[in-house]
Amino acid sequence: MDYETLLQLLASMIRLGVPLLLACLAGLFSERSGIFDIGLEGKMLVGAFMAGAFAFYSGSAWVGLAASIGISVLFGLIHGVASITFRGNQLISGVAINFLASGLTVLVGQSWFGLGGRTPALENTARFDQITLPFAQSLSGVPVLGPFYAQVISGQTILAYAAFAAVPISWWVLYRSRFGLRLRAVGENPAAVDTAGISVVRLRFSAVIITGVLCGIAGAYLATSAPSAGFGKEMTAGKGFIALAALIFAKWRPWHALGATMLFGLLEAISIRFPDLSIGPLTLPVQVMQAAPYILTVVILAGFVGRAIPPRAGGEPYVKER
Amino acid sequence: MQKIPRWADLALIPLLNLLIAFVISGIVIYAIGEDPWMALRTMVEGTILRADGWGYMLYFATNFMFTGLAVAVAFHASQFNIGGEGQATIGGLGVALVCLALPWPHWTVALLAATLGAALFGAVWAAVPAVLQAKRGSHIVITTIMFNFLAASLLNYLLSNVMRPVGSMDPSSAHFLEGTQLPTFHDMPILSGIFDKNTPANVTFFMALIACVLVWALIWKTRLGYMIRAFGKSEAAAKFAGISPFKIIMISMIISGALSGMMALNTVMGYSERLILNSVEGAGFIGIAVALMGRSHPFGVFLASLLFGFLYQGGAELALWTTIPRELITVIQALVILFTGALDNMVRAPVERLFLMLRKGGR
Repeated sequence: MDYETLLQLLASMIRLGVPLLLACLAGLFSERSGIFDIGLEGKMLVGAFMAGAFAFYSGSAWVGLAASIGISVLFGLIHGVASITFRGNQLISGVAINFLASGLTVLVGQSWFGLGGRTPALENTARFDQITLPFAQSLSGVPVLGPFYAQVISGQTILAYAAFAAVPISWWVLYRSRFGLRLRAVGENPAAVDTAGISVVRLRFSAVIITGVLCGIAGAYLATSAPSAGFGKEMTAGKGFIALAALIFAKWRPWHALGATMLFGLLEAISIRFPDLSIGPLTLPVQVMQAAPYILTVVILAGFVGRAIPPRAGGEPYVKER
Repeated sequence: MQKIPRWADLALIPLLNLLIAFVISGIVIYAIGEDPWMALRTMVEGTILRADGWGYMLYFATNFMFTGLAVAVAFHASQFNIGGEGQATIGGLGVALVCLALPWPHWTVALLAATLGAALFGAVWAAVPAVLQAKRGSHIVITTIMFNFLAASLLNYLLSNVMRPVGSMDPSSAHFLEGTQLPTFHDMPILSGIFDKNTPANVTFFMALIACVLVWALIWKTRLGYMIRAFGKSEAAAKFAGISPFKIIMISMIISGALSGMMALNTVMGYSERLILNSVEGAGFIGIAVALMGRSHPFGVFLASLLFGFLYQGGAELALWTTIPRELITVIQALVILFTGALDNMVRAPVERLFLMLRKGGR
């Protein structure tokens, strides 16, 4: 494999990894506050649909992004009302949200556009174009690093850069801010937080809203990124679950989430670039690559390679003492 | 003292939940510019009012009974088996391997062997997450989701690389032989007069009914069922009473996986008569809605399966005769799961208050 191919793989890794990263950070906030969220997939899907639809109607990718965040937060709030206010089962609520998204996007999409669930292709300002970073051209002559800068780091869309920026921001919020301390505490021991006079309900709702915002950005990234922008039926195709897997793989930590999602992005990039990869005498069928994130997650969950311990109060509705 | 009478808990609240789900679905249909009444009429006319509609409805209901029971059994042990989809996929593999292995002399023998194959394969696919849960504490919801994807990848690999007959482009197995053909409702005495020869409903429908009865007996009439329920209600109390958590998690998940796997008898052996890529078509997930709706009771599962069978066949009719896509059913399914599963307390609290008021008024 030559350097050129490697660069293409890495660029493709970033393109495939960014939605995973955003969704993974989204899940991080929710789960750190003690709310399991298996509805990442659904929130991304409705977000992508609204982004595709509104970017098309308005001609502006930014309007699409806003619509995506809006609907994703709304779905997050449904999850919040079910699991925080009415103390319902968070897993069941997540399942419902996934199906709701899967059904509504086709139903509404067919009614608005009549394209069998697709939205029309987005052109010009209705999509986020690849940004060429400064000096990308002039530096490309520098050996090794030049082409890497020009082809991998430069040439992503603004939402991709936002996703990478979200990693240190999430880290800072979770580990260096008062809000983050409380958020982590509420996921471990809500009763203690409550005793300190801080509202568990408000904290968890803020977490669910942050989750909605990040899932919305992930959805908008899927639907409005150049070159082939537009929403397609079931376009998330399990990405929300891979993000969930990455979250466990990262053991609920932001920087590790970056590593895990990029690893899963790379695996997908490889499976697209080299279906039926041969390593020496062994031929890996494409399905093995596709299944790799799930296998890795099961192994991690089983605790054979470092134990993944979820936030202690995860999945438990908090009942205030009366 | 119970807050509400049993009948309200078992019938009134599920019906209220269902009603809310339907009303919201109606609003959705109205919002996309269609007529909800017309939609309902199309669905009713395409199912209940036609014999072939019944055939499809019962065919779908058979799937949902198996997957619904599977989820229900696991629920009783407070395990959320979201992996019915994968277990049914692998169950299908078991059915196909059995059907292709021998020239079966008669369908009864073939069905018996295929049932064992389906149950065994489905059970194995559920047993791995169960061991990981019981021994390593890996969350069973996440592992069963992962196993759904793994099942899809595995089947995809086997069908495209191993089981595909030479010369065929289709990722599917060879056709099963004559001896494995299951009798449909058309081949049965009495029923043959009602159903024509294209009806997909087959003998596995009766197996699903038997499974309902057996699960009922298991959960409420045996010592094991008692242990499962005790464990589901309170793990700590069950442990104290000498019930092994490992044993209960394993047994309940193995039964659950076996039931999911047996769904494939209907789709793979009874209908497509070969193994195809996506024969489960989401029935594993509908099992969740069915079990929630049926309050994890086999009779409730039976009724909820009929309802979802109706919705599925009705959805196909809608897609055929109107511009409403069949994804409407996914929306209804989502709303049923949301209201009967996650938002149950929202409906329950006002009903409880109402009964409390009535009781006080009566005194």
